[in-house]
Amino acid sequence: MFCKNKTCNTIHYSPLTIHNYYMSDASAILTSLHQQFDAVTFVPQQTVDNIDTLWLPKENIVAVVRYLKNTISAPFNLLYDLCGIDERDRMGKEKLPAKDFTVIYSLFSLDRNKFIRLKVALEGEYPSIPSITSLFKNANWYEREVYDMFGIKFEGHPHLQRILMPLTWQGHPLRKEHPARATEIGPYRLINETIDREQDALQFKPEEWGMKRESDDADFMFLNIGPQHPGTHGVLRIVLQLDGEDIVDAVPEIGFHHRGAEKMGERQSWHTYIPYTDRIDYLGGVMNNLAYLLAVEKLAGIEVPDRVKVIRVMLCELFRISSHLVWFGTFAQDVGQLSPVFYMFTDREKVFDIIEAVCGGRMHPNWFRIGGVAQDLPKGWDGLVRDFVKYFPPKIKEYTNMVIRNSLFKGRTKGIGVYTLDEAIEWGVTGPGLRACGLDWDFRKKQPYSGYEMFDFEIPTAQNGDCFDRAVVRVEELWQSLRIIEQCLNNMPEGNYKADHPLTTPPLKKYTMQDIETLITHFLNVSWGPVIPAGEAMSCIEATKGANSYYLVSDGNTSSYRTRIRTPSFPHMQMVPYVSKGYTVADLLSILGSVDFVLADIDR
Amino acid sequence: MQHIWIVLGVLFVLLNIAAGLIWLERRMLAMWQDRLGPNRAGPLGILIVLADTLKLFFKEDWIPPFADKWVFITAPAIVVASVLMSFVIIPFSPSIIVSDLNVGILFFLAMSSLGVYSIVLGGWASNNKYSLLGALRGASQMIAYEVFMGLSLMGIVMLTGSFKLSDIVNAQKDVWFVFKQPVALVIFFIAGVAETHRLPFDIPEAESELIAGFHSEYSGMKFGMFFIGEYLGVTLISAMTATMFFGGWLGPAFLPPWAWFFIKTFAFILFFILLRASLPRPRYDQLMETGWKVLLPLVLLNLMVTGAIALWIRG
Repeated sequence: MFCKNKTCNTIHYSPLTIHNYYMSDASAILTSLHQQFDAVTFVPQQTVDNIDTLWLPKENIVAVVRYLKNTISAPFNLLYDLCGIDERDRMGKEKLPAKDFTVIYSLFSLDRNKFIRLKVALEGEYPSIPSITSLFKNANWYEREVYDMFGIKFEGHPHLQRILMPLTWQGHPLRKEHPARATEIGPYRLINETIDREQDALQFKPEEWGMKRESDDADFMFLNIGPQHPGTHGVLRIVLQLDGEDIVDAVPEIGFHHRGAEKMGERQSWHTYIPYTDRIDYLGGVMNNLAYLLAVEKLAGIEVPDRVKVIRVMLCELFRISSHLVWFGTFAQDVGQLSPVFYMFTDREKVFDIIEAVCGGRMHPNWFRIGGVAQDLPKGWDGLVRDFVKYFPPKIKEYTNMVIRNSLFKGRTKGIGVYTLDEAIEWGVTGPGLRACGLDWDFRKKQPYSGYEMFDFEIPTAQNGDCFDRAVVRVEELWQSLRIIEQCLNNMPEGNYKADHPLTTPPLKKYTMQDIETLITHFLNVSWGPVIPAGEAMSCIEATKGANSYYLVSDGNTSSYRTRIRTPSFPHMQMVPYVSKGYTVADLLSILGSVDFVLADIDR
Repeated sequence: MQHIWIVLGVLFVLLNIAAGLIWLERRMLAMWQDRLGPNRAGPLGILIVLADTLKLFFKEDWIPPFADKWVFITAPAIVVASVLMSFVIIPFSPSIIVSDLNVGILFFLAMSSLGVYSIVLGGWASNNKYSLLGALRGASQMIAYEVFMGLSLMGIVMLTGSFKLSDIVNAQKDVWFVFKQPVALVIFFIAGVAETHRLPFDIPEAESELIAGFHSEYSGMKFGMFFIGEYLGVTLISAMTATMFFGGWLGPAFLPPWAWFFIKTFAFILFFILLRASLPRPRYDQLMETGWKVLLPLVLLNLMVTGAIALWIRG
């Protein structure tokens, strides 16, 4: 909770204290790894985000991951992220064991509240590495993505096929030699042969996925849900294998919304990449900026003022409300209730009114900056927020009565799409989907960022892990977000809206006319963009849909060397076939609605 | 001669009501959903009906190459024809009735069961998986709910001793049947909603699941026929509810009988629209389960009790 005393402006928190607390734990893991695998050379690497980072040979990766997941106490049981880096152009890589490519495994331990990052250096033009799909179910899509983006092969992967790019694509986009702009490729022509080839590639062949066309007593029907379908909320294609109306199996096809956000990160300057982040989870608005900037600020070593933290928290929570309202309305619509979506979108407009008054933008305000926010809060912001805080509670009650307590709604969601806590962790589920299984896991509480430790709020949970519980958790989160906003309103600290740091972009203009250093920095930061010191850092925030991370690699340049965006929707969508087996087509829509995904968040 | 005028008049009024419901439904939904709805064309936007109809007429009348052409064309006609035929036995007022059949209710039930053919044939002829699923759902839903619909009306037949609708209306001079047969009213109306496959029981179309279900492939005026058929169905069930349970044309003398009939009918039409605005859609198997496990025992019980009481009163 905040100091009620107005003069008390210091915040009793430094990121170091938290990491120090776990330092002893970190070395314990290293020692036990050394003991277990004494023939293996582990090379530790110091990173800015203080996550234990170990390089190891590719022969040992499966054994080490198995050991970390299955053998040790308080295991690293969640595969948080798996990504690659093309190291061939990286400056300063001589200091690291890096070769041509690196594959990075980010494992997370819920018991330890701690990440571990395993890196494997690979050599050669199109190298290969053993697959860990036998250990983690959600490694499947991640490995497909690395294959798609880098051409790295995973030995033993059950179905190594492109996932984001079209099957007919030439080249692997995140390799450094692959062009980043359409103008570098030459004009696109759609001739008849191309159409035939593309259409042919889109044809679903059940045999490729190990599916049968008929059972002993019936032929299966293969039904395309999407790419254009009112229930998928975006360009998503799910091919269903149906026995009557019962789902035997399902194959989601993603990538229709892929815009190469990670590739753009390698081209835009650190500053000009911010607007692209807005469009990752396009319902989360500035929450995406925050995830990105936390990583940048770690790299740059910027500590932002309290006022910035609280402004950021307030806007993020407003966006959480707005995002949950969209989910709430569309979920009700998915199960056939026509009206709630109109009421909720009206209320979302009220949230947007505040956001517009503060940021000037609505869905994509692009308002946070490296080291602060774009502007100070406008005059009268508190009145707007106070009105909303008063207006909204009766509305949440009304919507709960209208939707959640409706018995037809309960009939459509209770006991549907059930998964257990273990299954959720196995598939990398985070956010409300995890909390609906009974675990009160929330990065805002467990690894507080941007000053969340100062706020008084609870983590709503539910026990059954079905569609209904996921809905209940989100509705309860509306209350908690409102609570946080109210605390921001009553305790907004005085101070600057940008950090006093040379890498703050753009620096505060008022100094530029008096101070030549600031003028020069200002000029450079605006023309080139800031130069962020070399290093690696990952941020991790509790976004509207789950854990969202930016893993940034800087080699001391004006743009990032590698921008990895770990989004919550990606693993959630991967789990949909597993969850929906045995239910009916109608239930699939309940499940999709309760997962609350955004296609742009899946495809990036 | 007068008879032909009645037939033409009824047809004219019904088609206009069905078209007007496009406007009414959109405006009412908008009102309940805190928005405006179509309000630009003509006074209160009522000319949207004209605009919609013109649009439907001028759209490309497309028959998919993979469809079964003749069945595909026939299907939408069946629904409109069968519902219009049902109106033959509805008494709009003591003198306005096309044909006061002595098997009125049976005729109504027979005609409304024909409606299922349009769904099955439309879904089948479209040769589209969504349509097929919609047709399957529609067929089982409508066949199941016809049973309850028929049985729920039998209590009234017992009390009146006649299938003739004018007899049934006249039997309500003292007390409307809604007070004597409240359970039957609820079941009849639920079955009616399922029969017209309107939300919450629009399972054969289920926009968010099956896109438009059995009529996914239809466009232009063929789609318009399904549309008109649906609105005529809503009107029919509302008119039947008014006639069977709320005394039909009966009412205080300051308004003519037909006015009372239309007021009652429109009240139920509005209720149909309100249902659509407020309720989510149950799952297909849930609907069937409720039908066979709850409604069927209930309607049989109602029939038994009514029969017992009727016997007891007669001594």
